[in-house]
Amino acid sequence: PCHLQDPASVMCYLAGVAWFMGLAFEPFTLRTYMSENAMGSTMVEERFPAGERALATGREFAAHKKKVGGMPVDWLVKTMQSRGLEVFTQSFTRKLPFPDENKERYMVRGTNVYGILRAPRAPRTEALVLSAPCSEGNNNNQAVGLLLGLAQYFRSQIHWAKDIIFLVNEHDLIGMQAWLEGYHHTNTTGGDWSPLQGRGGSIQAALSLELSSDVITSLDLVLEGLNGQLPNLDLANLFYAFCQKIGVLCTIQGKLQRNDWDTTSGYSHAAQTMMLMVLKQASGRPWGDHGLFLRYHIEAASIRGINSFRQYKTDTTTIGRLLEGMYRKLNNLLERLHQSYFFYLMPSLSRFVSIGYYMPAFGLLAVILLLRALDLWVQLGASPPGTEDGVPSSPGVLSILTPVVISHMTGVALYTLPILSQEMAVQHFPVSETEAVVLTAIAIYTAGLALPHNTHRLLQGEGTEEGWRVLKLVALLYLAVLLGCTALINFSLGFILALSLVPIAAFITPHTPKALSAAIMVLLSPGCTLLYCVFVFQELQETPVSLQDGWMLFLSVISQGILDHALYGSLVYPLLALLIYPCWLLLWNILFWK
Amino acid sequence: MAAPLTLLLIVAVTIRAVLFRSSLAELIPERVEVVSPLNAWKRVVEGLALLDLGVSPYAGDVFHETPLIIYFFHFVIDYAEIVFMVMTRLVGCVFLLQFRKQKYALEAERYPLDCLELIRTPKEMYYIPLKVAMFYLLNPFTILSCVAKSTCGLNNAVIALFILCTVKGSSLMSAIFLALATYQSIYPLTLFAPALLYLLQRLYIPVNWQRSSFWLFTTQYTFMYLGSLCVMVCLSFFLLSSWDFLSSVYGFILSVPDLTPNIGLFWYFFAEMFEHFRLFFICVFQINVFFYTIPLSIKLKEHPIFLIFMQIAIISIFKSYPTVGDIALYMAFLPAWNHLYRFLRNIFLVSVVLLACSALFPVLWHLWIYAGSANSNFYYAITLLFNVAQILLVSDYFYAYLRREHHLTHGLYLKRKDGSEATLVLK
Repeated sequence: PCHLQDPASVMCYLAGVAWFMGLAFEPFTLRTYMSENAMGSTMVEERFPAGERALATGREFAAHKKKVGGMPVDWLVKTMQSRGLEVFTQSFTRKLPFPDENKERYMVRGTNVYGILRAPRAPRTEALVLSAPCSEGNNNNQAVGLLLGLAQYFRSQIHWAKDIIFLVNEHDLIGMQAWLEGYHHTNTTGGDWSPLQGRGGSIQAALSLELSSDVITSLDLVLEGLNGQLPNLDLANLFYAFCQKIGVLCTIQGKLQRNDWDTTSGYSHAAQTMMLMVLKQASGRPWGDHGLFLRYHIEAASIRGINSFRQYKTDTTTIGRLLEGMYRKLNNLLERLHQSYFFYLMPSLSRFVSIGYYMPAFGLLAVILLLRALDLWVQLGASPPGTEDGVPSSPGVLSILTPVVISHMTGVALYTLPILSQEMAVQHFPVSETEAVVLTAIAIYTAGLALPHNTHRLLQGEGTEEGWRVLKLVALLYLAVLLGCTALINFSLGFILALSLVPIAAFITPHTPKALSAAIMVLLSPGCTLLYCVFVFQELQETPVSLQDGWMLFLSVISQGILDHALYGSLVYPLLALLIYPCWLLLWNILFWK
Repeated sequence: MAAPLTLLLIVAVTIRAVLFRSSLAELIPERVEVVSPLNAWKRVVEGLALLDLGVSPYAGDVFHETPLIIYFFHFVIDYAEIVFMVMTRLVGCVFLLQFRKQKYALEAERYPLDCLELIRTPKEMYYIPLKVAMFYLLNPFTILSCVAKSTCGLNNAVIALFILCTVKGSSLMSAIFLALATYQSIYPLTLFAPALLYLLQRLYIPVNWQRSSFWLFTTQYTFMYLGSLCVMVCLSFFLLSSWDFLSSVYGFILSVPDLTPNIGLFWYFFAEMFEHFRLFFICVFQINVFFYTIPLSIKLKEHPIFLIFMQIAIISIFKSYPTVGDIALYMAFLPAWNHLYRFLRNIFLVSVVLLACSALFPVLWHLWIYAGSANSNFYYAITLLFNVAQILLVSDYFYAYLRREHHLTHGLYLKRKDGSEATLVLK
């Protein structure tokens, strides 16, 4: 019955939101535990001694990097060879669709250098990867130094059963993408790279190291990868276990774990950590160089050293011991990590929420859409028999099909036009290419708002009462299936989109007050949701921004999204432009139905 | 009728041409929902290459199509895309032609007055052929199947021609096309019964075991059918000079050795089957496809066209290597039963489940094969759900058909003995 629909929908929505927020409450979470037996039972004493020497190597690397003005390929090759590794290089070029702020040019050229430590007594069928990015300026020199120090130490040990590949990649993710594509003989994103001369077998796990200071106070673990994919939870468990054993402070999302879960501030701390993870996962970007490994079914994580104002400092030798211990454990793996969860949320490093616990939050939101669709179906079925000729009779089909086709064509325009028209825009307006792309995207997005008025001019005659009901039924089912599929692949993205789109999909009809509904629809549209997420993200990271800076950040987020799609195959931008935005336009059409 | 049809054909051709030239044309032939080991284009090309080298195309267990297909493509290989588009056009036009004639005249006189609203008016039926053609040509399943260049399109064309010839009443052509369809994949054998029933009905020969005219026509039709089948098999033998196509084509269809996941029910079951029981379960699964012919023919002997629809649907669901092209064939018939819409009970649930499952197939495949986070159970769950929805659709239409027949003989508003309103249930 119609009068029960609205309270039921509101209850479901509030229940879904409450369930989601309740996930951060500690009694509802589970303590993390090591699920893989092969990684549990060794008693290894880590003995890495050469922290200072690693730092010296890092300083040498910095000097050579400054001298060459980029990646010191020859020095790296020579150093790795002197440590007994088989060294190879790979050169790559990549044409960007538009120059972004960091690179400032269309073509990116670089070289990756990697050395393979062959396992002394095993067939060369499996490998582990340790990588450190070669960044500009004074970043990550210590990481490369530690990598080379570990290479020398590992070379003298006899118990490695897998090849270890020490990789130094240039231009961060672009170089990593080229290396991975070369390693796996695929080319999905159209880059141009020289084939790899040396390989090490199928990669079981990878760690990416980012270390920019001689001493650190804590180690941060970064898990979120491309398209919101996460590594197996066992990798996080491994990291946490070793931090406990060696006595290093470890954080996730930059936040340290707290013990006072029963106080409000403790709960809000856990909720903030979880919300940060949700926002990072929803963006679909790889948040560390490890993010691209996950697509090839290689469990990978990034470890970042943070130097902040704490009393207890950890030196490089300890970090080296931690990495040595982790690699010794990964060495024992008999098969790929698969025992633990692949889908989880972490309110803190020792607590997790698995998919079985967080999916009902999304389910409660999706059920609202299905109930509305069922209600509309029943209403349509009770209409006069003249129209019961199966799917709506001929005039009806055209009036439904037109908004659908036009919405999707606007979506296609939003997807293709910004990049295609950047040249033309740069000629006519005083903006840079990046700004041109982003502003074109926003212009097309806003132009979509004017559509209902034009669609009605296109259609002769008026739409009927039944017409908008059928269109709304189609839109509801389309949105439900779309959000369901998105939530299966990237739960955070699906949940955030559901939070903003389900209320408007459930309550919009042509009979609601037009001005108020239009304002709410625009405020809850995908673009504005992205804007709020940017502000919330900055708040949660404790670096709040002003409105002006927030807007600039929002523009750069859009340009990064488009770039990620072109460079690494991230699916967030095509999803939003080709599927979610047309769905929102359909609802907008329903609001202005005559 | 000509103008909307032309528009429809132009739209359909445009969509297919655009997709052929886009980057999706490499992705779609790889999808397991769209192609199967029986009708994948990759395998046809492989068979042609082997034939050109002088080796039997069935060597290496890659190619599983019939020899006539390989010789057909031998001559038209350069125009492959055009061939497939023409095939789908053909099917569309064939559907169009055959629904011109309806059973309206037969039905009109016999029924009580209040059933007048159940009888279809000529005006409603005028649009049905166009709707059938539209349902087939613009169905996303058909478009995917065509872009993938799966030989399912040719099989559909042959079955459509068979239905056309049967409806027109030409028993020789009907037998020939049925033999061709059976020769392609064994399952259209079950269409023999409805074709026979229709032709008997058309010639006003009652289905009576004692009548000699019944037996005369039956033997005539059977001989035509078996004769054409023998001719085709022998022709294939002479083309390739060996009998190994029998085990490669028919042995493959019946014994299901290839367990690549698809949208059917066989693969998961037989992946976890012990060898000991394999033969037993193969027999059970294959008999399942043929078994429904007998009870359905008995129940629907007055309505052979609906029986053809049911048989095609059952073949598409239960065959050993179904693809979405097979599903598109029976879905194209649905507008012909528009008048049953008021009796359908589950149409909303069925359409939502079919839509959701079609969207979830690629998602769960990705999660299983590429991301490694799911496993085959998830994909098979979606397959099961998809097939359950199809079975529900078919049984719903069956119920609606029988209920309409019941109303036609007993009046629209049923009353129990004490005068209160009654409802019909399918037991």
